[in-house]
Amino acid sequence: MSEMSNLGSAARRPALRLSRQTWINLGLQLGALVLAFLLTSVILLVAGAPPFDAYVQIAKGAVGSMGSFSNVLVAWVPLLLAAAGVLVTFAAGLWNIGVEGQIVLGAVLSTWMLRLLQETSLSPALIIAAAMVAGIVGGGLWAALAGVLKTFGGVNEIFGGLGLNFVATALTLWLIFGPWKRPGIGSMSGTEPFPEQLWLPTVGGLRLSLWALGLAILAVIVVYILLERTYFGLRLKAVGRNGRAAFLLGVPTWQYGLLAFLVCGGLAGLAGAIQVTSVYHRLIPSISSGYGFLGLMIGMLILYRAIWVAPVALFFAALNIGSIQLPIVLKLDSTLSGVLQGALVLFVLLVEGFRQRYIRRARLAAVGASMVTVASTSEEA
Amino acid sequence: MDGATILVGLAGVLATAAPIVVATVGETFAERAGVINLSVNGTILLSAMGSFVVAVTTGSLFLGFLAGAVIGAAVSLVVAAGSITLRQSQVAVGFVLTLFCRDLAYFLGNPYMGEKGPILSVRAIPGLADIPILGTLFFRHDVMTYFSFVLVVVAWWWIYRTRPGLMLRAVGERPESAFARGARVDLTRYLYTTLGGALVGLAGPMFSLSVKAGWKGTISGLDGLGWIVLAIVIFGAWNPVRAALGAYLFGLLQWLSVVLQPSLQGIPSQVLQVAPFPLMILTLLLVNIGNAEWVERVLAALPEPSRRIVARILRSLRVVQPRSLGVPFERE
Repeated sequence: MSEMSNLGSAARRPALRLSRQTWINLGLQLGALVLAFLLTSVILLVAGAPPFDAYVQIAKGAVGSMGSFSNVLVAWVPLLLAAAGVLVTFAAGLWNIGVEGQIVLGAVLSTWMLRLLQETSLSPALIIAAAMVAGIVGGGLWAALAGVLKTFGGVNEIFGGLGLNFVATALTLWLIFGPWKRPGIGSMSGTEPFPEQLWLPTVGGLRLSLWALGLAILAVIVVYILLERTYFGLRLKAVGRNGRAAFLLGVPTWQYGLLAFLVCGGLAGLAGAIQVTSVYHRLIPSISSGYGFLGLMIGMLILYRAIWVAPVALFFAALNIGSIQLPIVLKLDSTLSGVLQGALVLFVLLVEGFRQRYIRRARLAAVGASMVTVASTSEEA
Repeated sequence: MDGATILVGLAGVLATAAPIVVATVGETFAERAGVINLSVNGTILLSAMGSFVVAVTTGSLFLGFLAGAVIGAAVSLVVAAGSITLRQSQVAVGFVLTLFCRDLAYFLGNPYMGEKGPILSVRAIPGLADIPILGTLFFRHDVMTYFSFVLVVVAWWWIYRTRPGLMLRAVGERPESAFARGARVDLTRYLYTTLGGALVGLAGPMFSLSVKAGWKGTISGLDGLGWIVLAIVIFGAWNPVRAALGAYLFGLLQWLSVVLQPSLQGIPSQVLQVAPFPLMILTLLLVNIGNAEWVERVLAALPEPSRRIVARILRSLRVVQPRSLGVPFERE
């Protein structure tokens, strides 16, 4: 988080120094990217696969055709929502690992709402809207549960959220095999699909819904403005950086924390509702598909700067979709995308640490030395 | 169910909980020194897969276990370097590693899925194994289960009864004071994080070469156990003996859920499978709630006799984490 103050102070420096600093940062981040690909290539070689072919296959699988690229956009939507959400909790200094379960609960509640209303005479648009709202409420409540456990029970949000993730998955399985099972017998393929008029309209023949895409992009913009341009965002970050100081300055600390949970959970719940109404048209066992965890990874990768959410989430979505055909083409497990994503985030964190510890220190020393020279020359004068 | 069956079942609980015990003690060492190694879940999966592959290809169980420990130590070294030397958030580095190691385990382990591998054999200890009850419970196990028994005792002795153990606790509680008394804080943290990581890494082969023999990818049933380990460390109040009790309690509950399954027809199997996790939340709630401010106020409002009882229960359960857990040491 010190990154932001660092950027702020860098902006006020003379242009020459700013550009040099920017180049160093850019070089380091490029270095992290190269290191991540190097490590992944070594792993591929260990697995006995040609690395270059694997990357080409991933690229082909992601942008090789209109259909595959539209699938990338479909995966982009929940990633945008999850990443935007966790930026809010990160800002408040919270590790909302429960975001995965919040997506699931959003999906569960929106499925429930659709089931409740599908037999009524309400217009489909209204029913879908109600399902979206139900999703937001479901995700928000599940997040609030983790927040309350932390605030009033002292249960670290990492463990509370993680436990709730498993509970959410169990709840889904129980619903699919129990009360909501398909006519006849419940199966891992999920609940009975909803009638077509209850699907979020998609672009002709593809699975991509412009409504979903619009909502997700809107959410990212709102979160960006909230965090970077409002008093609320400023106070929220104050809570995250130094809760005690913020409290002494009159910020209602735990209320802000709970609010951050609610916002993040709401966005995650919306992602779940979108998966139900526009992608799967039913509740399936793995409805969250790991998007919540990926959202957290994106948050870390971009070092918590909201402006980078969209491009990085798009890249992650492309890796996910691109690796789907690896098992068929190269007999490789599709978890390769996770390996590459993990390596990327890991090296970005390590390189950032390296920069803060060694390069900034060297620069500060240089600045210090020049200040001394300035001081001594002005004394002489 | 007769006495003999129950006895064998309980001995089974001691054996199946052994990997959890070893991992819990390892993580306790790291956290005592002030480093949360959040990568446990991924580490166990990766070392379970890696050690299984090594044991299958070399045919040597010893090399398999060695590989597990080396993998665990290597992952924890990254956590140590990232958090101690490079000052990045321990939670961030650990969380990324836990996901990275998990995916790596599934990716590299894919070709070995379902293969038959060697299994650690049970070696009854001559003489001791024939003692009634205790013999069955404690002396008819494989060598790693014996190791888990010894480890708990040694870890307790080391932490609470030796000078290096005192320094370890000091480094985790008040690194400034420890530093003033000559402790090399960062080095100590590196050492115990790596040692703890190696122990966590041993838990992998204890599953894949013994308790849950084989590698079955995503259905190996190991995903999630690492998080339970982290929770048990808290439940154990960073004391190896209390942590081991927590691990055995966890094993006991799992065994009970299997044994009692026929009589629990009404409860869907999915619920029983995830029962450990809400239980984990509840346990953490119990041991932490005593620290909450509002509890004090509620307690004060209770009538005297019951107030004392409730307060005593909460106090006995309450845990306080090492003061410098997760905080990098600045030498100034």
